[in-house]
Amino acid sequence: MTTGYAPKLTLPVTDWDHIQGPTAALVTLVEYGDYECPHCGRAYQIVEEIRKEVGDQLRFVFRNFPLTQSHEHAEMAAEGAEAAAAQEHFWEMHRTLFTHQSELGTSSLLRYAGWLGLDIDQFSRALTTHAFKDRVHQDFMSGVRSGVNGTPTFFINGVRYDGPVDVSSLIGSIGTAASE
Amino acid sequence: VVLVFYPADWSPVCGDQTTLYNELLPEFHRLNAELLGISVDGPWCHLAFALDRKLRFPLLADFEPKGAVARRYGIYRSQDGFCERALFVMDGEGIIRWSYVSPIGVNPGADGILAALEALVPQEKKI
Repeated sequence: MTTGYAPKLTLPVTDWDHIQGPTAALVTLVEYGDYECPHCGRAYQIVEEIRKEVGDQLRFVFRNFPLTQSHEHAEMAAEGAEAAAAQEHFWEMHRTLFTHQSELGTSSLLRYAGWLGLDIDQFSRALTTHAFKDRVHQDFMSGVRSGVNGTPTFFINGVRYDGPVDVSSLIGSIGTAASE
Repeated sequence: VVLVFYPADWSPVCGDQTTLYNELLPEFHRLNAELLGISVDGPWCHLAFALDRKLRFPLLADFEPKGAVARRYGIYRSQDGFCERALFVMDGEGIIRWSYVSPIGVNPGADGILAALEALVPQEKKI
């Protein structure tokens, strides 16, 4: 391995993933993130801006990478997002969690589920039984295998992006990937 | 045994790297491995660092004579006074089965370690 070595995504994007944007998009941006990580909170706003700017040329995928030893609520928040996904509200919960990062305790998660009109019993049961713990762990391990060492980590068309996390740098690299 | 040499407690990359390994301890244990961190920092510095980061694996102090262990592994940077960011995977006999020296500012992650451990312990289930 040399300094120029860029790890590659080992688990391809499939229907199993949470995906925004058309399948036929020229570029796929995958993020491994943690709902309690402040850098990921900033990255959420950056990704939203990029999606607006790049439009249909971009497909965005989010996978969980909760650093549970540093972030007390990260695991539950990730499981909460998955529990919302089971009720077809993943992206709404994703947005809510990233815009309320200081309140990610279980009671807050239940409140957000209420805001989104989810079936609270079902949602609550998913949290207490850790119904989505395995799924979150699978995301995490696929990240580890792909060279995710911290959060947020991005992959552009399957290659790890090691540049600065800001709108113009990311859009630059997405543009390069689109023209390749 | 996985021996993780890192330049110093508190430095930014080391922080990320130890956080990741802390998170992956159950995976290392599943593969019958113990993870040990080692740097030239003294025990009191290690203790404060481990408490702050809630680390659940031991940190060894290569403090006196400074860098002696790192020198024996051939990864001491005498010009800097600390060791390389290096990983060693040893089997039950103490034989080095895999090693990797990362560029000093780059987090080497865990994919290489996990692959090396799996090569040592054939697993039924791989993720």
